[in-house]
Amino acid sequence: MSATFLDTNELELNMGPQHPSTHGVLRVILKLDGEKVLGTECVIGYLHRGVEKIAEARTYQQFAPYVDRMDYISAVSNGLGYCLAVEKLLNVTATPRARAVRVILTELNRIASHLFWLGTHALDIGATTPLFYCLREREEVLKIFENYCGARLTTHAFRIGGLQYELYAGFEDQVRAFCGSFPGRVDEYEELLTHNRIWTSRLRGVGILNAEECKRFGVTGPVLRAAGVAWDLRKAQPYSGYEQYEFHVPTGEAGDTYDRYLVRVREMRESVRIIEQALAMLPSGPVMAKVPKVIKPAPGEVYVSIEAPKGELGYYVVSDGGKNPYRVRVRPPSFLNLQALDTMCRGALVADVVAIIGTIDMVMGEVDR
Amino acid sequence: MMGPLRSTRKTDSPRLSLSRVFLGVWSRAGAAFALLKKFLLLDLLEGLRVTFKAQHPSKIYTEQYPAERPAVAERYRGAPRLNNHPETNQTLCIACDLCAIACPENLIVVGSVRNPATRRKELTTFTYDLSRCMFCGLCEDACPVDALELTQDFELASYTREGLIWDRQMLEEGPRPVRYSS
Repeated sequence: MSATFLDTNELELNMGPQHPSTHGVLRVILKLDGEKVLGTECVIGYLHRGVEKIAEARTYQQFAPYVDRMDYISAVSNGLGYCLAVEKLLNVTATPRARAVRVILTELNRIASHLFWLGTHALDIGATTPLFYCLREREEVLKIFENYCGARLTTHAFRIGGLQYELYAGFEDQVRAFCGSFPGRVDEYEELLTHNRIWTSRLRGVGILNAEECKRFGVTGPVLRAAGVAWDLRKAQPYSGYEQYEFHVPTGEAGDTYDRYLVRVREMRESVRIIEQALAMLPSGPVMAKVPKVIKPAPGEVYVSIEAPKGELGYYVVSDGGKNPYRVRVRPPSFLNLQALDTMCRGALVADVVAIIGTIDMVMGEVDR
Repeated sequence: MMGPLRSTRKTDSPRLSLSRVFLGVWSRAGAAFALLKKFLLLDLLEGLRVTFKAQHPSKIYTEQYPAERPAVAERYRGAPRLNNHPETNQTLCIACDLCAIACPENLIVVGSVRNPATRRKELTTFTYDLSRCMFCGLCEDACPVDALELTQDFELASYTREGLIWDRQMLEEGPRPVRYSS
């Protein structure tokens, strides 16, 4: 930035940790020149619970409910990643029925996560209405979760080797009814937002992160895809039977906040397609593979990553042959995506910082763990 | 893979075809019409249409809790309960301690004595610390006789921390929350 006679002194401003639009306990130190952001610095750790350390004192089964509490908006995806990692360590594959049910529930969770993001992101920008509609549809998904496994948010839906619960009577009808009505609901969100002049002028050209910068920071998920890179782990290294389903990977081109909005809206539509396909070819059979009661994997280490709603969610599990994991390391998408905040914010206005934090779609439970 | 989003926006939504035709006509009519459209606030009116569609009283989605209690799912994981046999009213628990072993937070303490006549363990005390419980359901999965169960009761608030540590009597009787009704 070139110096002009209008320049003011640099001002340091703390945003958070108790700020309604930092989505949790994120503290951002803003360096400001008037309204212009010269730089940002994130202070994290307010929600640190030591989840990775807790794992070392739990058995493999006992740790599964804890992973739900990292990204509590998409607990089902977290559980899937962990179960897949331990299953790979054990050399066990879930049964075909369990894999199909896992896909259905994970995609429903992706929809719920994106809905919650869309509602709160629009609320940050100043559009109050979409929040009510988004949470109304999210409620339908949460009801399916509650009927299936007895909890709405911290679901603990999957177990190592498959599923604990068989599908309840009426599951398929309920999911079909949701898939039937949901695309129309997405149309409504788009009517509210996509062409809205306030929405477009607040989002277009804000927080641009190009593909090169995304790769440098290790940014994944919709943020990366909005920059034009069609990288989706469901396509690139299919897990849990994703290779059977046909779906597109939506990409943007500008890599700005508006493209990230469009990518996520499109992803919701694609998730509905995947759920419908999985329901149509839902195999019968057992839901639990043969897994010993006391899980003691042979010494070794695995890294398994899945495409969580927010990006690549990886679990690195080390076994020393005992009944507790020797080490569990989580690669959370939110933490790595948050690193790009400074690059996206430089030169923006203070009001844009709120939009940019919202567009990263991070959950502090996952950033701090 | 899909092409860039900018040009294909809204293409997969058949319900919007009318407004798409409408917008198509506008764009063909040239810059003057675009200006008029902007002037008439059509993009905002399109959103307002959604708002007004949701105004009918039949579309109200709010649950009137606590006046109306929500129906939770059959599999809901709420307050724990120790089941008694429906006929003999004896506890089903065989004091095998499997729930205490399964619990990730170690919050279940099972007390038992061995009956010298039958050589069986008999339950004496059962403590369940709800303040640390995360309702993961591993204890009820571990129970071999369906004695311990997570029920549909969800109003578990207490004024004291001690009030959240449930003893055997509390676990068998279940919580008695205040019911508000108008």
